[in-house]
Amino acid sequence: MYAFDYTRPASVADAVAALRSAEDGKLLAGGMTLLATMKQRLAQPSHLIDLRAVPGLSGIARDGATLTIGATTTHAAVADSGEVRAAIPALAHLASQIGDAQVRNCGTIGGSVANDDPTADYPAAVLGLGATVVTDRRRIAADDYFQGLFETALEEDEVITAVSFPVPARAGYAKFPNPASRYAVVGVFVAAVGGAVRVAVTGAGQSGVFRVAAMEQALAASFTPEAIADIAVPAGGLNGDIHASAEYRAHLVGVMARRAVAAAIG
Amino acid sequence: MTLTVSMTVNGKAVSRDVEPRTLLVHLLREHLGLTGTHVGCDTSQCGACVVHVDGRSVKSCTMLAAQADGASVTTIEGLAAADGTLHPMQEAFRNNHGLQCGFCTPGMVMSAVDLVRTNPDPSEHEVRTWLEGNICRCTGYHNIVKAVLEAARTMRQPAAAE
Repeated sequence: MYAFDYTRPASVADAVAALRSAEDGKLLAGGMTLLATMKQRLAQPSHLIDLRAVPGLSGIARDGATLTIGATTTHAAVADSGEVRAAIPALAHLASQIGDAQVRNCGTIGGSVANDDPTADYPAAVLGLGATVVTDRRRIAADDYFQGLFETALEEDEVITAVSFPVPARAGYAKFPNPASRYAVVGVFVAAVGGAVRVAVTGAGQSGVFRVAAMEQALAASFTPEAIADIAVPAGGLNGDIHASAEYRAHLVGVMARRAVAAAIG
Repeated sequence: MTLTVSMTVNGKAVSRDVEPRTLLVHLLREHLGLTGTHVGCDTSQCGACVVHVDGRSVKSCTMLAAQADGASVTTIEGLAAADGTLHPMQEAFRNNHGLQCGFCTPGMVMSAVDLVRTNPDPSEHEVRTWLEGNICRCTGYHNIVKAVLEAARTMRQPAAAE
């Protein structure tokens, strides 16, 4: 790892100030992606700004039909939360399937959403539920937030403070994990939420997480696995690599979507 | 840039000057001489470096020493009792020959202790799923799983194990 400077601000405002004054500052939350990337020398930030000591960034709260999860809440905390299990069990299930136990003990929802890895799990839930990404200065709708591979609507000096999820009527998540990394080869999140149906796919798209309109329309008419059995997702625009061809991923989108619907109504 | 980090390691307060890029595993091994925590892969895959930070298992090769500032860290050296009596998990690994070359063993034991903390009565499937992040390249999983199951039984009923 290249040398860098390290600061541990005590407030979000101090973190923003540190980001602004650093030559190439990066926020550090759980570090499960950032530190691994730095060790491989794929990233060389001049400063790491550790959010660990910032109060109020961690925690889970339900307010009526909204579940808000603080940015530095770990995957393990989400997976084990009675509040999350009661409100959005599919979200607790998703968090329980990320990486391994030690990764879940450190990795955070804010880190995952800020990084926007095209094979990460959380982007599927954020887009699939139509969640809101809350930052130090604004609220960003999921449909506006994800903008491509590792690309989001965040400004260079913007800090995610929480993610707010609407509590859905029902939701489900199914993924086909890479057996070594546990990242999603394909993961599909389906939700009946706010009178509409949303279907979001991670792991497959060349431009990151995306929605499948044809499936959403079919499921709005009939929320059953059978309703989407004949809907084929085209392989164009999907990733192909040593783990799965684009055609195989297209097939898996259908299979995982049906499993997610089955989980949602099960 | 040099930082002073202070933490409790195996019940003892320690303080060291380190670079920001110093990983927790390097602080433990090189600055504190606690070489029971191993580096297998250095890419967060293998789990040989698992220690407990504030009671939860983490991969110490993917945590900065600075991130553990103020924390309570337990390594494999801190698991046995002061009089040398092995922790039930260590004892179960010995009883069941839950090791071959032994390189992965410290991480396996520390990970397994955290499993029993969160799930005192795990099924065989749950043990295997939990150990996803610990790789034994001797492929000695069968006895490792047996050991974890036995230790979980012992830790549920400490009196019955006498």
